[in-house]
Amino acid sequence: MQETTAQAPARAKIAVRGLTMAYGSFVVMRDLNFDVADKDIFVIMGGSGCGKSTLLRHLIGLQEPASGRVLFDGEDFTATPAAERARFIRRFGVMYQSGALWSSLTLAENIAMPLEEHTDLKAKAIRDLVSYKLALVGLSGYEDHYPAQISGGMNKRAGIARAMALDPDILFLDEPGAGLDPLSARRLDDLILRLRDGLGSTIVVVTHELASIFAIANQSVFLDSATRTQGATGNPADLRDHSDNPAVRLFLRRGGETAVPSNTTP
Amino acid sequence: MIPADVHPPRASWTRDRGRVVLELSGDWQRGAAEPEITGEPTGSAPDAYATAALGDYDSTLPAFLLARIREGNPDKPSLDGLPPDLHGLLELALAVPEEVEARGTPAEVSEIQKLGTVSIRTWSGVRSIVDFTGHSMMSLGRFFTGRAHFRSREFWLIVQQCGAQALPIVSLISFLIGLIMAFVGNVQLANFGASLYVADLVGIAMVREMGVVMTAIIVSGRTGAAFAAHLGSMKANQEIDALRTFGFNPFDFLVLPRMLALVLMMPLLTIYANLIGMLGGMLVGAAVNIPPALYWYETLTVVNLENAFLGVFKSVFFGIVIAMSGCLQGMHAGNSSAAVGQATTRAVVASITTIIILDSAFAVIFTLLDI
Repeated sequence: MQETTAQAPARAKIAVRGLTMAYGSFVVMRDLNFDVADKDIFVIMGGSGCGKSTLLRHLIGLQEPASGRVLFDGEDFTATPAAERARFIRRFGVMYQSGALWSSLTLAENIAMPLEEHTDLKAKAIRDLVSYKLALVGLSGYEDHYPAQISGGMNKRAGIARAMALDPDILFLDEPGAGLDPLSARRLDDLILRLRDGLGSTIVVVTHELASIFAIANQSVFLDSATRTQGATGNPADLRDHSDNPAVRLFLRRGGETAVPSNTTP
Repeated sequence: MIPADVHPPRASWTRDRGRVVLELSGDWQRGAAEPEITGEPTGSAPDAYATAALGDYDSTLPAFLLARIREGNPDKPSLDGLPPDLHGLLELALAVPEEVEARGTPAEVSEIQKLGTVSIRTWSGVRSIVDFTGHSMMSLGRFFTGRAHFRSREFWLIVQQCGAQALPIVSLISFLIGLIMAFVGNVQLANFGASLYVADLVGIAMVREMGVVMTAIIVSGRTGAAFAAHLGSMKANQEIDALRTFGFNPFDFLVLPRMLALVLMMPLLTIYANLIGMLGGMLVGAAVNIPPALYWYETLTVVNLENAFLGVFKSVFFGIVIAMSGCLQGMHAGNSSAAVGQATTRAVVASITTIIILDSAFAVIFTLLDI
């Protein structure tokens, strides 16, 4: 498997090569190899505590790998010194697990801040953009609320709106559906699909929610906490039906349940 | 940044058989110029769009369109003629109606209303202080009757943090205070050839006022702030709610050990600060030819137990004030990181202010009692 992934690097939006993640001497995951193609919705899945969020932090440069490389469009991100990473980071939009909105700013100010600092847009254009981004996540009218005044789910959606502020090339979402009611989660899946189609962003999602995995993902990597490396890569529906790794099948079938015929195969 | 073949964004309003058509052209990019709007805006949302000459676009275009649709506020906004991706995005944006009630109304507030708001806020502030003091005293009562329960491990940890770990900063500050007082005092006293009385000056000032007040201010900034920040983030994380639901009284569990730790440590820190301050004075004394032994002897003639006790007596009250204002602000903090910062500021300001006021009150009382 390593042989095949090691080639065909040119087209991949994100390429992960031999990535080993560790906290000190404790190895979280080793030898990860996968590609995320342009306009993919790529899901990082796995059990709780297996290192999904840690992998995300490695992809966006918040943590340094113990070994291995992360490449964006064939350019080595890992080897780039921290001071020159800005040109990569400007293309990222990141939504953190609990929203991580700046609590001293209103929702509108949260989304406007990157626009004010990184673009030359006029105040009115920024206001329009802010209302549009909030409307996309269903939060129209909450412009002047502070993060502490709205619910956790709304914080999360506002976090997505902020991540989209600069129309990022690659959008990273950490557990977007967790803590949302089924309808909002469904709406969010819809939003993710439309964003990919509408804006042409590549989207990397960390999640363990099966409904959402099958609804949005066309590619995925499964992190296996038992072997501490990747269990499989591929389309989730294919993996569920045809993976030769029992851990992957078990995860995608919620334990032992027989597979339900699915209409989610794209 | 912008390639040369980029066309400036344009929008023009036209009418076509009674329908309002918004014609879009050019490239709508963030770096581009402001959109040029031609034709007269009708005030209503467009019924259809013409996008034949539309180039590249990013979010600025749907944001612009959404703002136009919102301005017109139609019952059923039409998205006819938009390319499918824009159509999809705008449909999504319009799917949830604007929460009008959520929009804050910064309505005009009359002066009387403002006065009322301030009064109500002040009154509820006073009430929360009284309420908090009452609960703390009840907690103290439970402690003395042996019914209060907290974990002794945590208590000793707090004692260590607010006592032993404060020694370096208390040493430095009180040494310098003693030194400064001796230095300034000597300049004046030397005029009368009474340099030796520097020892009296420093000794009395340290044990009665400076030692205890400086210690209290240091502890406010160090420990009071830490109490407020710790309890404030505990509240934001619902840790205090978790204590309550396990049947623990947060006052017994959090406020009481902090209050007791400071009541225990403040007198000790004050005595220590007094001694170090005199040491600072002694150093200046040695520099102006007062032998340390003589300096010490002179100090002992004025600093008697009664004098020394006054400062220590006050330190107990200051300890209670610092612990209470720290814990009060922490437990009443809002649920965000900014609110924790505000609570910490308020705790330090409140405790220093109260300490100075209380110290003035003590000065008046001691003078009246002729001590």
